[in-house]
Amino acid sequence: MKYVPLLWKNLWRKKIRTIFTIGCLFVAFLLFGMLMTIRAAFAFGVDVAGLDRLVLIHKVSLIMPLPISYQSQLQSTPGVEVATHNTWFGGVYQDPSNFFAQIAVEPEPFMSIYPEYTLPPEQMTAWLADRLGVIVGADLARRFGWSVGDRIPIQATIWQPKGGGLTWEFNIAGIYDGEPGVDKAQFFFRYDYLDENRAGGEGAVGWYVVKIADASRAQELAAQFDGMFANSSAETKTTTEKGFVEGFANQVGNIGAIMISILVAVLFSFMIVAANTMAQSVRERTSEVAVLKTLGFTGGTILMLVLGEAVFITVLGGGLGLLAAWLFVQGGDPTGGMLPLWVLPSRDVAIGVGLIVAMGVLAGALPAIQAMQLKIIDGLRRN
Amino acid sequence: MQWIAQTLAVTLLNLKTIPQRLSSSGVAIVGIAGVVIVFVSVLSIAAGFTAAMQGTGSPSRALVMRTGADSEMTSGIGGEEADIIKQAPGLRRDAQGPLASAELYVIIDLPKISTGTAANVPMRGVEPTAFTVRDEVRIIDGREMEFGTNEVVVGRGASGQFAGLTVGSEIQSGQSVWTVVGVFEANGGVAETEIWVDARVLQGAYRRGNSYQSVLARLDSSDAFDTFRDWLITNPQLNVQVRRESEYYAQQSQSLSRLIQGVGFGIALLMGIGAVFGAILTMYTAVSTRAREIATLRALGFNSGSVVVSVLAESLALGAIGGAIAAVAYFGFNGYQTSTINFQTFSQVAFAFRVTPALLAMGLFYALLLGLVGGLFPAIRAARLPIPAALREL
Repeated sequence: MKYVPLLWKNLWRKKIRTIFTIGCLFVAFLLFGMLMTIRAAFAFGVDVAGLDRLVLIHKVSLIMPLPISYQSQLQSTPGVEVATHNTWFGGVYQDPSNFFAQIAVEPEPFMSIYPEYTLPPEQMTAWLADRLGVIVGADLARRFGWSVGDRIPIQATIWQPKGGGLTWEFNIAGIYDGEPGVDKAQFFFRYDYLDENRAGGEGAVGWYVVKIADASRAQELAAQFDGMFANSSAETKTTTEKGFVEGFANQVGNIGAIMISILVAVLFSFMIVAANTMAQSVRERTSEVAVLKTLGFTGGTILMLVLGEAVFITVLGGGLGLLAAWLFVQGGDPTGGMLPLWVLPSRDVAIGVGLIVAMGVLAGALPAIQAMQLKIIDGLRRN
Repeated sequence: MQWIAQTLAVTLLNLKTIPQRLSSSGVAIVGIAGVVIVFVSVLSIAAGFTAAMQGTGSPSRALVMRTGADSEMTSGIGGEEADIIKQAPGLRRDAQGPLASAELYVIIDLPKISTGTAANVPMRGVEPTAFTVRDEVRIIDGREMEFGTNEVVVGRGASGQFAGLTVGSEIQSGQSVWTVVGVFEANGGVAETEIWVDARVLQGAYRRGNSYQSVLARLDSSDAFDTFRDWLITNPQLNVQVRRESEYYAQQSQSLSRLIQGVGFGIALLMGIGAVFGAILTMYTAVSTRAREIATLRALGFNSGSVVVSVLAESLALGAIGGAIAAVAYFGFNGYQTSTINFQTFSQVAFAFRVTPALLAMGLFYALLLGLVGGLFPAIRAARLPIPAALREL
């Protein structure tokens, strides 16, 4: 600890240089945080997707409907806890650019299958009581300024109402919330309302979600389900929800790889800047190092002093950058809900902290070792 | 005159000695090149995607869909309605009849080559007129499909992105088997991601009866659009909306292009700030290691203006080298083929990274700007160095 004042003095011997080095690292780790957030957004919440939930879609394509009659067959299969179905609505709220997912569900099985969506019990009761009821995610409600009790008109694109026109009316019965990483920008309404009021397509559902008792039997059950419906007019393809989400994220393209390659370029460039500055600053102090050694400082102490300086600068700059990224992400999605998720995963924060320390050590290592090995005579003779 | 000569002399001296300060100059160059590469590559994704979407749309073609449908995916048009649409005025006609194609649009799951996972590949049922309505479509391998059979032709983009789409191969989808007999190109447009098949065969395979999803019509001229639209929307037998094909695709690409551009500019701006810091550091180092030289020059009678210019010139040169390195790197990814999902139709769109001359110019300009801003403060500092103190330094 007694060396702290010395370290501090060395740090600020050239204020401008130190400030700009910290600035570089600040930007580098701010970018790190932002890119990791975008990456997580395009992974569509794959980290929270369940392994004990299986998704059954039509074998030809997700857009093809499945018959509602499959539900009882699925429900009665041993090993199945709950089998329910979802249907994509694809309507437009005011303007097509206000895109968000609207899905017709069966309220009770739906909420038991997805414990990550939390809803106050009285709102659940209200949803069960109102056929036009809908629950919306907290992020979605914030985006459009909705509150419980509002009536929301949605224009149909796929399912036209029987009564003519294009408008479906919904009442907001509740607003669900959830942990960070849970998609809170969705709109869940009642399948019975859809099925009774749509012109055509009765008894068709989009896909099934099945919660199984034992996640280790996922493969076996998936094969069993597909076998049950083989050679029918609607053959199925069953995957774990995690596999399904991953497959979907792959469709968007390899955003993760693009983000990581950008990051490697950024961190590499800025690490070179930091390392170069560090080397330069030690080189300028060659004679001082020699004097310190003459005064009895050991090689080890000198090594720690120089390394400490490098680590201090990177931790200060990188830490502030990471903090700024975190604060920015907390402030909410700047695209206004175009991304399904907007969260900086805690795992990536931990990786960031690790990278900061590693960068400091790497940037300081070369000049620190040179300073440690410096011979007093050479150091004093320079100039 | 003397001022110019002085400036020239100092500037040349600075530029010639860049190689001696290789490590610190290299840092600035790598920083600037990195920023510009990222900037241009992200924007080239947006440019490529937009080009694919807009390469498809022609203002002299009109797309007819059901009222309320936001894409072909969600539209539906009955067989009789399609026949009425084909009688509309403003439609171009030739010996075979009206140039309009009633079409079906579905998606099928095929594995993406790059990841091996299933992707939503669009499959379009077309009428024989489709090839004259879309006159940019040319078969580049194999032949056109035989109408009335299970033969299909596939777009060039689809053939490259998804497994099993080469001439001669068979696609197994549900209970249907499709034989690929040809590959077509369509001016780089979104149709190149599609699989085309006879609409009537597809109706049978998907149990769609005699119904379609859209009608694509070739107009007499771009100006005939209003006549065509007004006749259709006022016709009581029809419940349709009419859009120019170019507008339809421009709208489809809008949100994704905006998202990519927003992300691209955001990242480039942040990286730019970092790179300016890097350039400033480099130039400060360059100035401070040469403090004595600069002071000597000034003592000899070189004025401070020439010193400012020389430092700025050096910094600009670093920016230019960085920009040039980035420009070389562009050739690495220009034309790189990839595909993504278009959320409006829920289907894949293949496109190529596109480094346009405008983007290239923008990238070079950005590199020079970073160099200039990075050199500014160090240059002023160099000019203000007190001569006696600087001569004593080090």
